Amino acid sequence: MQVQKTALYNIHKNLGAKFVPFAGYEMPIQYKDGIVKEHISTRTYAGFFDVSHMGQFFLEGDQTLTEALEKIIPADLKSLKINHSKYSFLLNNDGGIIDDLIVTKNEKGFCIILNAACKDNDIKQISRYLEKNHKQLLDNDLSLIALQGPKSVEILEKLIPSVSNLKFMTGNNFNYENENLYITRSGYTGEDGFEISIPNKKVEKLINFLISNEVKPIGLGARDTLRLEAGLCLYGHDLNEKINPIEANLKWAIAKKRKELGGFNGWNKIKNLLTNGSEKIRVGIKPEGKVIARENTKIFSTDNIEIGLVTSGTFGPSVNAPVAMGYVKSNFAEIGTPIKLEIRGKKYGGKISGLPFYKKSYFK
Amino acid sequence: MSEKKFSKKHEWVSLEGDEATVGITKHATELLGDIVFAEVPDVGKSVEKEGQAAVVESTKAASDVYSPISGEITEGNKSIVDDPSSINKDPEGASWFFKLKVKDKEEFNSLMSKDEYDKFCKENPN
Repeated sequence: MQVQKTALYNIHKNLGAKFVPFAGYEMPIQYKDGIVKEHISTRTYAGFFDVSHMGQFFLEGDQTLTEALEKIIPADLKSLKINHSKYSFLLNNDGGIIDDLIVTKNEKGFCIILNAACKDNDIKQISRYLEKNHKQLLDNDLSLIALQGPKSVEILEKLIPSVSNLKFMTGNNFNYENENLYITRSGYTGEDGFEISIPNKKVEKLINFLISNEVKPIGLGARDTLRLEAGLCLYGHDLNEKINPIEANLKWAIAKKRKELGGFNGWNKIKNLLTNGSEKIRVGIKPEGKVIARENTKIFSTDNIEIGLVTSGTFGPSVNAPVAMGYVKSNFAEIGTPIKLEIRGKKYGGKISGLPFYKKSYFK
Repeated sequence: MSEKKFSKKHEWVSLEGDEATVGITKHATELLGDIVFAEVPDVGKSVEKEGQAAVVESTKAASDVYSPISGEITEGNKSIVDDPSSINKDPEGASWFFKLKVKDKEEFNSLMSKDEYDKFCKENPN
């Protein structure tokens, strides 16, 4: 398959991006400033991220569409209000996570934001539940720009008046240069911010406005350190088809009503795990000192019994220490439990930590 | 000033008497990005030419640091362990990795000169 580029490719290039192949796209891993500075500018001012490689999947239909989607998504879509968003997942028959996503209700149906690496399979999986009268569109004419950081609201308000009225996990349509933008107050960094769905032909203008307001471009490298500090999962690393939402410590993302009534893939298994707990569970991990416990680092108890595996690990620039997430046997999951981490054949100390590592500041 | 030589794995070595100082090159730090972790060898450890001797990690990934020359470690630089980001600031000066007592000076002579190394980097940009 040919490597794809987003509409912003040339802008990234002019901004000094270093590119890496990611999910079939040529994407910036970092710009001139480097990962740590990009991370800090997002936390202290604002940064923009090109996330146009993610799928913007639109579904249109009546009540039967909602019912169809509820078979594969454990959110309470029937009660979801127009312009409200939920974090949820696609589940397989075993309750395993096919992808994690953000679903937003709109007037005609739903918009689902899908991970780039998963989107083609996701659409195939969702389509199995759809009926003839349900319309679907993966809209490649739209870019998706995340604007994240404490100054985001002040800056975007200058361009799009009244955008500051949006509350966390809600969205709306806004007019910009006679084009419709759909903006949600959301993101994946642990900061206040927005995700802006904008026609490809207008995206360069938006980016120029952001740059003129000293918003820095942020690459995938800092996106990873930001989301990990915020305790958020990265699909393909912290989540996969063999992991269910209970193990992933994401049971909060299954709607209360759906937990009680079920009717979605893997419900029997999930119901059982909700009552009896799972064998393993996702936890935060703080290595001692400066050593970094990367993905696939083995986790041991203090008496050297293997109890789990790290799924994401890096240095957290805002906590100024290494941070990691992984899965451990549930009886070792309590916050503060001392553990050992095997790195390059040597065992280092560490502790189970609460999540997030970095306190969020969403606008509610 | 002592002469500096370079390896294909982007380490530099300077030699004074029979003691060599080893670090990673500026070019290496530019490839690595922000350095957030460093581990240096213990004093007394024997290292072989091109054998793994230290570790450096950036926000992106972990990399081994090899010794371009055989010998016995006489000192590890504690200051880069305490402040790994200092490696980005002065990789070819204060932020050396380790010193070692050299076994065979011929190994030093076989390494690249500054000009040869610069040319090597141009031909192998990654």
